[in-house]
Amino acid sequence: MVGLFMVAGLLALFFLAMKVSNLGTFTGGGVYQVAARFENIGGLKVKAPVTMAGVEVGRVKAIGYDPKTFQAVVTLGINTGYNEIPDDTFAKILTAGLLGEQYIGLEPGGSLRNLTEGDEIRLTQSALVLEDVIGQFIFGKAQEGGAK
Amino acid sequence: MINVLADFGRAGIRAVGGLGRASVLLTAMLAGLWELIRRPRLLLEQVYSVGTLTMIIIAVSGLFVGMALALQGFYILSQFGAEATLGVMVAAALVRELGPVLTALLFAGRAGSALTAEIGLMKATEQLAGLEMMAVNPVRRVLTPRLFAGVLALPLLAALFSALGVLGGWYVGVGLLGVDDGTFWAQMQAKVDWYEDIINGLIKSLAFGFACTWIAVYQGYDCVPTSEGVSRATTRTVVHSALAVLGLNVMLTALMFGN
Repeated sequence: MVGLFMVAGLLALFFLAMKVSNLGTFTGGGVYQVAARFENIGGLKVKAPVTMAGVEVGRVKAIGYDPKTFQAVVTLGINTGYNEIPDDTFAKILTAGLLGEQYIGLEPGGSLRNLTEGDEIRLTQSALVLEDVIGQFIFGKAQEGGAK
Repeated sequence: MINVLADFGRAGIRAVGGLGRASVLLTAMLAGLWELIRRPRLLLEQVYSVGTLTMIIIAVSGLFVGMALALQGFYILSQFGAEATLGVMVAAALVRELGPVLTALLFAGRAGSALTAEIGLMKATEQLAGLEMMAVNPVRRVLTPRLFAGVLALPLLAALFSALGVLGGWYVGVGLLGVDDGTFWAQMQAKVDWYEDIINGLIKSLAFGFACTWIAVYQGYDCVPTSEGVSRATTRTVVHSALAVLGLNVMLTALMFGN
């Protein structure tokens, strides 16, 4: 009977591990790290997904700040299974839904060289900051009014 | 006036004295660990009575709690068009908070009170004194296996509670309310983290198991050996366990998820 209890408890734990948490979704194999610099990362968080054509290919590993260039340095961990990403790939910070969480979308370029461990993505686009957009909109409206 | 002050002081001395006796008892129980390892049968018997016999109530409660969570969660989430995150809500609430806490409360009511009553009656009928007469250390022979059985059983019971709660939530969400099956699991797997959520929940339930069983065993061992004393001790076990679990939970939550 104790065996029954132990088996039930461990089965429950296994179910939690595999079906409920992300332990079962690890694709196996390691990741290679690529850096990308952004002017503004908005609300991007560590562990945010990195997607390509909407498919998750990795996750944000670390976010740092470079005091020399005043830019954010985001380290992406990309699964080694996706090792044919051109080195002129374009990285954008996107938002899932209107108020959803932010993630990084990669758009492949045309280069024949692929990204490898330690490379840096040079073409980036910052996060959309809602206040800036509203500011630009109001500024544009004011200019329109002044021209009349 | 002086009397009130004196009563206050007496209550304080009693509380501190109880804590001291509980700590001395704990060291005595931990000293019996080596004997327990050599005789695992004693542990198995106790795991049966605190674990296996508590399994049914935990399983049924987990199922119902998961179902109620899904119903309530769906009501609120559907107002924002976010039914897809129902799975995350149910699973995260269960593995982080409700699983460990409710399991510990049920455990205190079902197994903790039984432990106290059993040990208290052993004391009242002088079985513990009898063991001592036979040169058997009653703390090591009777209390140590019960303490470790509780510490071992509670994490497994909490895992069972959470797992069945998720299944109950899945049945209500997907089966009755029409949330998409795929998104329910996919969102859950994307957001619930093995170390961050599940391991931390297990650590919580380990701590609760330790606190609950320690209180139960101490109250039984320390009770006044009369029928009234045993009944008082049993009540105290449930009250103190519930307070200890809820207080510990606030502290552990602040430590684990607070930043």
